[in-house]
Amino acid sequence: MNNNELQNLIGSWFPNQEANKVVETVPETEEGAEIKVPETVNPSLLSFSEEGSQFLNIAVKKEQLHDLMKRLKENPETNFDYLFCLTGMDWGKELGIVYHLESTKYRHQLVVRVNTDNRENPNFDTVCDIWKTAEFHEREVFDFFGIKFNNHPNLKYLFLTEGWEGYPLRKDYVDEVNMVIK
Amino acid sequence: MNISLSITKTIHEWLFSIMSETAASITEMILIATVYLAVFAVFGLYLVLLERKVAAWFQLRLGPNRVGFKGLFQTMADALKLVSKELTGTVKADKFLYNLAPYFVIVSALMALAVFPFTQEFQAFDINIGIFFLIAISSIGVIGILMGGWASNNKFALIGAMRSGVQTISYELSVGLSLLTMVLITGSLQLSEIVEVQKSGWLIIQGHIPAIIAFMVYMIAGTAETNRAPFDMVEAESELGAGFHTEYSGMKFAYFFLAEFINMFIIAAIATTIFFGAWLSPFGITESIPWLGVFWFLGKTLVIVFLMMWFRWTFPRLRVDQLLTLEWKYLLPINLVNIVIMAFVVWQNLIIQL
Amino acid sequence: MPLRKKMEPKTVNNNFKSEEYFINMGPQHPATHGVLRLLLTIDGEIIKKVEPDLGYIHRSIEKMCERDSYQQIVHLTDRMDYLSSHINNEAVCLTVENALQLEVPERVKVIRTIIGELTRIASHCLWWGVMGMDVGALTTYFYGFRDREMINDIFEETCGARLTMNYNIPGGVMYDIHPNFIQRTKDFVKHFKTKIPEYDRLLTGNVIFQKRMKGVGILSKEDAISFGASGPVGRGSGYSCDVRKHHPYSALDKVTFNESLKTAGDSLARYEVRIMEMWESLSIIEQLIDNIPEGDYKVATNAVIKLPKGEYYQKVETARGELGVYMVSTGTKNPYRVKFRSPGLSNISLLNHIAVGGKIGDLVATMATLDIVVPDIDR
Repeated sequence: MNNNELQNLIGSWFPNQEANKVVETVPETEEGAEIKVPETVNPSLLSFSEEGSQFLNIAVKKEQLHDLMKRLKENPETNFDYLFCLTGMDWGKELGIVYHLESTKYRHQLVVRVNTDNRENPNFDTVCDIWKTAEFHEREVFDFFGIKFNNHPNLKYLFLTEGWEGYPLRKDYVDEVNMVIK
Repeated sequence: MNISLSITKTIHEWLFSIMSETAASITEMILIATVYLAVFAVFGLYLVLLERKVAAWFQLRLGPNRVGFKGLFQTMADALKLVSKELTGTVKADKFLYNLAPYFVIVSALMALAVFPFTQEFQAFDINIGIFFLIAISSIGVIGILMGGWASNNKFALIGAMRSGVQTISYELSVGLSLLTMVLITGSLQLSEIVEVQKSGWLIIQGHIPAIIAFMVYMIAGTAETNRAPFDMVEAESELGAGFHTEYSGMKFAYFFLAEFINMFIIAAIATTIFFGAWLSPFGITESIPWLGVFWFLGKTLVIVFLMMWFRWTFPRLRVDQLLTLEWKYLLPINLVNIVIMAFVVWQNLIIQL
Repeated sequence: MPLRKKMEPKTVNNNFKSEEYFINMGPQHPATHGVLRLLLTIDGEIIKKVEPDLGYIHRSIEKMCERDSYQQIVHLTDRMDYLSSHINNEAVCLTVENALQLEVPERVKVIRTIIGELTRIASHCLWWGVMGMDVGALTTYFYGFRDREMINDIFEETCGARLTMNYNIPGGVMYDIHPNFIQRTKDFVKHFKTKIPEYDRLLTGNVIFQKRMKGVGILSKEDAISFGASGPVGRGSGYSCDVRKHHPYSALDKVTFNESLKTAGDSLARYEVRIMEMWESLSIIEQLIDNIPEGDYKVATNAVIKLPKGEYYQKVETARGELGVYMVSTGTKNPYRVKFRSPGLSNISLLNHIAVGGKIGDLVATMATLDIVVPDIDR
């Protein structure tokens, strides 16, 4: 499945109610207006982008993250059964996770991103019930970004000593002893 | 008991001429024990060197070659280092048992040496239940290992010790039964008489097929008795670190180490005595020079020791349940059937006598 | 000022049944190949639970990358999976080259692939030796090292280093290959073809070894995918995951080779996959060694490399499995974020799944077939 087909399929899972209202009104007008509709109002709650990346990127709200992931894995047409990379991100203001997915059957790849601007108590739903590999990778993210994962079976520090202060891979982390900054 | 302490007649007579009979006997025993201790401590060290050289040969290396001529003093230097090392131990160890264990192991190993007939004359202690004594003594050593593992207060040591117990109890049976198979031919447990019987052919030839089976079973079980690879479950360095002697250092560790090598020598020496005619030369070629018996005895023993080293440096280790499967499902039934075959052979007088 | 802020021992919270006890395997243990700590819950000899405790040599390479320039990052990656250092370097270089849309000369691609495959063989040689040692056959170690040494000598002659090679730079390789390189590589291939059967005679065919490995540590294909297993661990379960096949890089699209696959999923399958991989690597080297194209060994890059704004992902197949480099650039001379998706972390995460129910000996043998390199897990 190429990126466009993926975008159409996955986008249809989470229809935007507001977009539907707009679409309903469309047939009354000229046909040319139909093309403009997706540009102005996104028909899906997900937003897609291919800019600056070799993969199709999906940005999802954290409420829909677990639903989306479950369907990506279980839908026979997408079948993203291989989570090959799970990256914690500090975007400056926001914290986020980037999931790289691949289907071992169709060999198509996809990137799912989720962000939160809550730096004090960031939390997302775990995906380790969907891909078992996520258990350790989420623990790694918890170590270095302090992002908590709801329903994670064993959420504790993987690499760091218990009681470590701060989250080392966040951009605002300061450690005068161990970090050498040029 | 028939105690024949006849190593050197001159010393014997001299001792008895200067003191009372009891005192002379005791002095003589102590003297012999001291000589054995000294000789076999050094011999054990050279077995270690031999093992290292053999290992190096198998592993495309040179082995120790710096200390002394061709590395001959390497193990001496190692022993010296071990003597000078600090004796460490765990805080919550059971001090009494912890300290007793290495002596238990080394003493039981050295005790077994007393009964071997190195030549017709050179036998410290010709007891009439020789083989029984050997089997009994060789299984006492495991108590030392169990004690050491238990008292160390270390879980790895404990697992090693428990494995050792399980292993020795199982393989004891095979060692005993395979030797018993041979006793059917000799009709005696006394080692000197067993050698006497072999003057008309080594027992492995006399007993032909069942004897060869018994020898193979004995070698497998004997290797397991000494806790050497492929049966080194007790130490299993990749699993348990060092097994039962994890918490021992310095000379106490050296006792365990030395005991392992002396035990290997003992297993090989028993095989030599029972299967390969002890000090008897092949076809009686040196019958006229009795003291060459030592050469033949040690020669045959070292060949079997080499065989055991060959095992060690070639085979991977068994798993603990496979170890028990091998004994209880294969070796023991084979052994029992083999005894019946041997009994039949003896009964029908199918023994090959030269 | 203390070097480490917190060094209290990690506490363990256990709810044991009465027969169960706890063993601390590592961080100083011969079977864990480095400073890996396994918290084992054991009932007698039977493993009830394995919990890896990582981080003893975590150096936070990802954080260091955010500070360093793109050329410097290459040198950090050596220290992750030090047994496939060349391939790690290659991953970063490919990422940077893709981002700059830099076309490297054919010669560079071929050289990179040959050395990459040599690295793979060297790594598997070491693994084979250590694998034998873990199941108690100590002799294998020296046989494996004998052949690995020849590869290291070839590397030393060409790039001056034996282990952490740093031979790749963005835009090519640092120096041209040594004049002896081709001949020595051919000699090695000829030599090694007689040695793999020797490996089989010494260890693979041994009845004790077979008994130890067969049916132990079984990983199903579904679990392999779900746990993100890659490399020989995944392929031993019949999961076709060779990056060289599915996403070929460098000169790997010009050669023909078979993906080594076994379907049993047990320790023996993983072992056999690695032996088969050595044969395949030899075949790849043979196809390329006579056809190294003439040309430059590097293309000039700017002294200060600045990647265009965007995100870049590159995966390569190291000796242990799939290494991914995820690089986010904001257009400055340093990356904004670098993530290394290491094969080791995914592979160690499935240890609990496949080791439970086995004996302590099984755990050691299974762990050896996972071929763990601790710095690769603790980046």
